[in-house]
Amino acid sequence: MVQLWRRSKAVLHLAVNLPGVVDHLRKIAGRDAVLDRPEDLMLYEYDAGIRKSTPGAVVFPQNTEQVSQIMRLATAENVAVVARGAATGLSGGSIPTKGGLVIAFSRMNRILEVDVENQRAVVQPGVVNLQLSEHVAHLGLYFAPDPSSQKACTIGGNVAENSGGPHTLMHGVTVNHVTGVEVVLPSGEIVHFGGKAAESYGYDMTGFLVGSEGTVGITTAITVKLLRKPEKIATLLGVFESVDDAALTVSAITAAGITPAALEMLDGWTLHTVEAFCHAGYPLDAGAVLLIELEGLREAVEEQAIAVREVCLRQKAREVRRAKDEEERALLWKGRKMAFAALGRVTPSYYTQDGVVPRSQIPAVMRHIGNVAKKYDLIIGNIFHAGDGNLHPLILFDMRNAEQFERVLSASTEILEFCIQCGGSITGEHGVGMEKRDLMSRLFTEEDLDVMIGLRNAFNGAGVLNPQKIFPTPRMCREISGPSQNPVLMQEGL
Amino acid sequence: MAEKPVSNFSSGEKPTWDLYSKCVHCGLCLDQCPTYRALGTEMDSPRGRIYQMVLVDQGRLALSDSFVTHIDRCLGCMNCQTACPSGVPYGSLLERARSQIEENYPRSWLQRQVRSHFYGKVLPSFGSLARNARLVRFYQRSGLQSLARGSGLLKLLGVADLDALSPRMESEFSFADLGRVYPAEGTQRGRVALLIGCIGSVAFAELNRATIRVLTRNGIEVHIPKSQSCCGALHLHAGYLEQSRTMARHNIDAMLKPEFDAIVTNAAGCGSTMKEYAALLEHDAEYAERAQQFVVKVRDISEYLAQVGLVEPARKLKARVTYQDPCHLAHAQGIRSAPRQLLKFIGAEVVESPRADSCCGSAGVYNVTQNEISMKILDEKMEDIASVMPEIVATANVGCMLQLSVGAKRKGLNSRVVHVVELLDEAYY
Ligand SMILES: Cc1cc2nc3c(=O)[nH]c(=O)nc-3n(C[C@H](O)[C@H](O)[C@H](O)COP(=O)(O)OP(=O)(O)OC[C@H]3O[C@@H](n4cnc5c(N)ncnc54)[C@H](O)[C@@H]3O)c2cc1C
Ligand code: SF4
Ligand code: SF4
Repeated sequence: MVQLWRRSKAVLHLAVNLPGVVDHLRKIAGRDAVLDRPEDLMLYEYDAGIRKSTPGAVVFPQNTEQVSQIMRLATAENVAVVARGAATGLSGGSIPTKGGLVIAFSRMNRILEVDVENQRAVVQPGVVNLQLSEHVAHLGLYFAPDPSSQKACTIGGNVAENSGGPHTLMHGVTVNHVTGVEVVLPSGEIVHFGGKAAESYGYDMTGFLVGSEGTVGITTAITVKLLRKPEKIATLLGVFESVDDAALTVSAITAAGITPAALEMLDGWTLHTVEAFCHAGYPLDAGAVLLIELEGLREAVEEQAIAVREVCLRQKAREVRRAKDEEERALLWKGRKMAFAALGRVTPSYYTQDGVVPRSQIPAVMRHIGNVAKKYDLIIGNIFHAGDGNLHPLILFDMRNAEQFERVLSASTEILEFCIQCGGSITGEHGVGMEKRDLMSRLFTEEDLDVMIGLRNAFNGAGVLNPQKIFPTPRMCREISGPSQNPVLMQEGL
Repeated sequence: MAEKPVSNFSSGEKPTWDLYSKCVHCGLCLDQCPTYRALGTEMDSPRGRIYQMVLVDQGRLALSDSFVTHIDRCLGCMNCQTACPSGVPYGSLLERARSQIEENYPRSWLQRQVRSHFYGKVLPSFGSLARNARLVRFYQRSGLQSLARGSGLLKLLGVADLDALSPRMESEFSFADLGRVYPAEGTQRGRVALLIGCIGSVAFAELNRATIRVLTRNGIEVHIPKSQSCCGALHLHAGYLEQSRTMARHNIDAMLKPEFDAIVTNAAGCGSTMKEYAALLEHDAEYAERAQQFVVKVRDISEYLAQVGLVEPARKLKARVTYQDPCHLAHAQGIRSAPRQLLKFIGAEVVESPRADSCCGSAGVYNVTQNEISMKILDEKMEDIASVMPEIVATANVGCMLQLSVGAKRKGLNSRVVHVVELLDEAYY
C-alpha cells in the first residue's frame, strides 16, 4: 500500500490537452461557465493562506449532473481536479498544486429545501454559511457551525474542512451538523450517503466524507441540521492583566462544571488591532481577554453567568463585563470574527497556525509561543478557541523579506512540535491541505497513513482529485503568496 | 534579492504596495460584493480586483482589455470597504487604477470623444451644463437614446432599452436659484450653504426645492452660493483626478465661509466626494488646510437634520417604509441611522429589508454602461425589498431613486420610491 499514493504523480496538468477538454467543458456547463485565459486563471492561484499555483482552467457548474459529466471527462483525460468554494481556506486546500481543473461552486449556491418540521436544510455546496442562517432566521432556526469566515465561506468548504468556530465548544464541528451528502465520485457516479435521519446505518460514510478536503469526492448537495435559537444568551468579557492569568482561567471555568457555548481568547497585542477596526470597546491596556458566551434556558444562563464571573475574578480578572444588548454582543463578536484579517492593518502577510492542545496545557503553550516569538524576533498574535484548546498563533511577516520568512517557518514548526509533545495535534479546523501535510508523519505512523491513503484510493485511486494534499510528499514545495512573490523562495520550490 | 519587477502602471498616481499590501486575500469581502454575487467570478470580486492591480504592478498582467473590463465593472459602491477588516483603502485603489486606465489605455475613438466632452466640457461648468441639458439627458440615460440615434452611441455602450432609466428632465433648473438666500422660518437655528449639484439641478430641481423647504421650515437659513460647481464625484470615479481637484478648489472658494455652519447636500455621492477633498488636495500647498476645514463642515442633509433635530411635523406619516442605504452614504460616509431616525420621527413604520445596505446597481453611469449586470443586481435587490412588503421605498440619493423605480417596475411592485427629504417635505406641508 505504501506505493499507492505515488500513482497520483501520473496525473496531468490540464495544459497538456487544453483545447479539447475546454471545448468539452463548455458544452457541459455553458459557454460563459469556463475560464481558460491566463489573465483570468491567475485569479484562481490563491486562497486565504500563503500558497499559490495557477490552474489550467476553471469551470462553474450549476447542477449535479454537470459535475458528474465534468468528473467523467476529467478522469477520462487524466486531469487533476480541485474543488473551490470561496477560497477562504487557510491550508491551501483549494490551490491547484498541479494545475489542472478548478471546479468553482460560486454559481451552484441555491438553498434547495428547508424542512422546518425536521429541522433540516438541503443546500448546494456554494451556499455561503451565514446566508443559510439568515435565510432561516425568521423561523427561529440557524446553522450552528460558525467559522469566523462565515460571512464568505461556503458550506461545501465547511464540509470539506470539517470547519469549526467559536461555538464549536458547545455544538461541535461541521460533522456534527451534517446528516447527509450527495457526492460525485471521480468516475462521475453520483452517490448519496445518509439523509435527514440523525443516525445512519452501516459505515458512517457521511462522517468519512466530512473533513476529507476534497480528496475522495465532490460534494454536490448537503443535508444539514438547523438548531433552534436559544432562549437566552449571555456574553461576558473577562479582562486580565496577563495571558497567563487568562489561560489559567480557561480550565478553571470548565473545572467549575460550566460548559460555555464559546470561550475565546485574544491577547493584548491583538486587541489593539482589532479595536481599531470594530470599536467594540475592548480594553487596550489588558494583557488578554476571554470572550465567554453562555446559552440555554433563561435561569440556567443567569446562574452560569454569575458563576463565570466568580471564577474569572478568583483567577485575577481585572473586571468582567457583560454585553447589555444584542448590539454590544454583535460588536464583541465582530471584533473576534474579523480579528485574523484585521491584522492585515499591521502587516502585509501572516501565517496562521491551527494547533490543538489539551485545555490544561494552554498556559504552557502560550508561554512557549512567547519564547518562540522572542527567539525568532517575530510578532505573534494569539486569537483562538481557548475552550477547545484550539490555538491560532498568527505570525506576522512581510513576504518581501525572505530571511524573515525562513524564521516564520521555523517558528511555526517549533510551535506545532510543542503542541504534539503536549499530546495535541497540528490542525483543529483549518485542515491539513498543503500546509501541514509534511507534519502528518509526526502524528501518524507509516501504517496509519497507509490505511488512510488506501481509503482515499478506494474512491480516488487515480489521484485526479485534489492531488498532493493531506499526505506527505517527498519534497516541500515552498511558494508563498501575497501582493508580491518572493523570487528567492519561489526558486526553492516547485 | 532578485530585481524589482517592472510595473505595467505608468509613473504618477497608481495603486502602490503601501495601499494594496493591506489586502491579505482573506475573502471576507466576497459575498458583500454585488458583482461577485451576480457573476461568481474572482475577477469581479474585490479581492480579485485588488489582485489584478497587484498583477499589473508586478508586470504579470497587462494594463489592457481584461484589466479594464473588470475595473469598469466595479460599481465603486464600497460595500467591500465596509466589509474589509484589514482596512484596505479600496476607494483610493480604484480611483488610482481608473486614473491609470484613463492615462494609458486607448479606449475606442467614440468612447474617447464622449468621455472627454462630457467630463471635460459639460460637467465642469454650470453654464455649459444648462446649455447641454440635452447632453446631460444623454448621461441620464433617456437622452442617451435621442443622442444615440444620431451617433451610434447606443451600440457603443451596448445598451438596448434604457427608457425606463431616464429621469424626467425638469423644465425649471435650479440654476436660477444660484446666489439666492432663503430665510429661516421661526427661530433661526442655523445657516448653511447648499450644494445644488450638477445633475441634481437639471433633473431634480424639485428635490432641491423640497430640501430648501425642509431646512427653512426647521429654522435653517439656506444660501445657494453662486459660484459653486459640480462636486467632482463623477470625474473622481472615472479616473479624472486632476479635473476633480480643480472642482474641489472651486467649491472651497465658493462655500468655505465662516458664516456657514455647514455645507449641505442631498446627494450622497456629492457628500462623500466633498468629504474626500482633504485627501484629494493633501499635496496642494495652497489648499490643503482649507480643504480640511471644508471637510469638517460637509454634511449630508439627513446627517445635518438629525444633528440639529427636527421640529414637530404638521402631520404624521402613517406608512410602512423600507429604507435602502445609498452606498455613498452608508459605505463611504458611515451614515446609517440618521435617515432612519428622521423617518421614525415623522411617524413612519420603518421595516428593514435584508441587505438594505447592498448596492442597487445604479452607481452613476453604471446602469448604462453595464446594463446587464446592473439589472441582475437590481433584481436581486428587489427580491429583498419585496420580501418586507413596503408601501414606500425611501432612499437618500437620486441615482438610487431612479434605479429603484425601475426595479419596482420590473418587479411589478406598487411601492412608491422617494427621497427621505421628500417624505419630510410631505410631513411639513
Ligand atoms: C479570516 C478567516 C477566519 C477563519 N476562521 C475559521 C474558523 O473559525 N474556523 C474554521 O474552521 N475555519 C476558519 N477559516 C478557514 C476557512 O474559512 C474554512 O476552512 C472554510 O470552511 C473554507 O470554506 P471555503 O468555501 O472558503 O472553501 P475553500 O477554501 O474554497 O476550500 C476549502 C477546501 O474545501 C474543498 N471543497 C470546497 N468545496 C468543495 C466541494 N463542493 N466538494 C469537495 N470539496 C470541496 C476544497 O477543495 C478545499 O480543499 C478562516 C479563514 C479566514 C480567512
Ligand atoms: S479586501 Fe479586505 S476583506 Fe477583501 S480579501 Fe482583501 S483583506 Fe480580505
Ligand atoms: S466597490 Fe462594490 S463592486 Fe467594486 S469591488 Fe467593492 S463591493 Fe465590488
